[in-house]
Amino acid sequence: MRSQHIKASLLAVATVLTVSAQAQQDSTTAGIEAYREALQDGNPADLYVDSGAEIWKKKAGPKEASLEKCDLGLGAGKVKGAYAQLPRYFKDTNKVQDLESRLLTCMEKLQGVDTAPIIKAGFNSPQKADLVALSAYVSSESKGMKVKVSMAHPKERQMYDLGRRLFYYEAGPYDFACATCHGQDGKRIRLQDLPYIPSAEGAAKGWTTWPAYRVSSGQMWSMQWRINDCFRQQRFPEPIYASDVTVAISSFMAGNSNGSVMQTPGIKR
Amino acid sequence: MMTFKKKTTVALSLIAAMTAGTVFAAPPALPKDGSWGPGAGDANFDAMMQSGFQNKGIATTDRLKQDPTQKLCSNPVLAESPKTAALREKLQAENEASIKYPSDGKWMGDWKNGEKIAQSGRGLTWTDKAGEANGGNCYNCHQISKQELSYGTIGPSLYNYGKLRGNSEEIMKYTWGKIYNAKATNVCSLMPRAGSMGIMTEAQIRDLMALLLDPESPVNK
Repeated sequence: MRSQHIKASLLAVATVLTVSAQAQQDSTTAGIEAYREALQDGNPADLYVDSGAEIWKKKAGPKEASLEKCDLGLGAGKVKGAYAQLPRYFKDTNKVQDLESRLLTCMEKLQGVDTAPIIKAGFNSPQKADLVALSAYVSSESKGMKVKVSMAHPKERQMYDLGRRLFYYEAGPYDFACATCHGQDGKRIRLQDLPYIPSAEGAAKGWTTWPAYRVSSGQMWSMQWRINDCFRQQRFPEPIYASDVTVAISSFMAGNSNGSVMQTPGIKR
Repeated sequence: MMTFKKKTTVALSLIAAMTAGTVFAAPPALPKDGSWGPGAGDANFDAMMQSGFQNKGIATTDRLKQDPTQKLCSNPVLAESPKTAALREKLQAENEASIKYPSDGKWMGDWKNGEKIAQSGRGLTWTDKAGEANGGNCYNCHQISKQELSYGTIGPSLYNYGKLRGNSEEIMKYTWGKIYNAKATNVCSLMPRAGSMGIMTEAQIRDLMALLLDPESPVNK
């Protein structure tokens, strides 16, 4: 039933895409808004949410355990609202963690999984697919809730500050920083509008809409995947999955978005 | 009257924000002295960068090393501070000194090739191969010919570039310099240094020059 509904919605999306391609003059925004509307009841990301929920409950790893006792910050097993408060400081690891780095910790501790091969694997690999689905599921459990990221712990504030410094860090053959594209309001690359990340509103445009299903590639992308591809386009070397670099930039975006409403999982061009 | 209007607007937008459920708290401001906060000094930041990236394809971690221009422009407070005025002049001069003008004095190539180069956004990512020709990425940020509607707005419009400026020797030299190293005229320009960083070959720059300056180019029609 659900997949039929989603198929119908995808057809509607295809129609909207064709029409808007002809009419497009200044911005893709109108088109994207239209297909967001068409997909309101049938975002293909829902399929990933469902499979993520199953993975969450499934026994796996040498310890034959599920992730149901994973503490995402609100206590063991509490998923509702957890994503809206990440990244945050965790006492057991003595680290600030985003969702995906925290899921790795739970896989190690609860399931006894060796996460090194998962970290190394590409985003299109089956090893990463579980994390992408899990991030769709966990983020969906914060949909409609306000971003509430703490900067009270010194390590949380430090991660935000490191992320802000990284945002402005210019390097590589193109002299690009995150700020090159996302450091001014109202700009675009080709027809793609660019959120101005240092502002609350701009940061929210990015932070509250990922993870997201990408219509153009037919893929579900986690936040880590989104960040990874930004650095690729920046002509930087590859950020290591779940490294502090990725958590820091997330902390910067999340911290700037405080008070805005989570719309996850999102749907993108 | 003005005050009243202002107040009404503020009140209305507050109400609008509240009904929409979106009241944004302002993000913390950057320290005014150009520092990054107590936990984000050089040692911590460098450690994070060194442990956070890996080589992939042609994009190796040595790309993270900054030259002095990149270093200055990575600090939005210091980059505009009166304290760095002398440094900015020095760096601008260094960038200018790295510009190589065409050895044979030929400024312009083929605008048709230039258009292809301007369209291409390829080059130097970890999914690109070594030795492949790089694209100019020009339309990503600039309007150029009127026919191409899909253009970015980070840079100024270049439509009618040559028509507005002519193609005197002075304009040729200025334009070559802008493409070769935009940081020679504006040290924290957002535009890549196509020549100095080896992104574009001399032949490619000639073709881009023709796209902008050849009277036959659609840019000048």
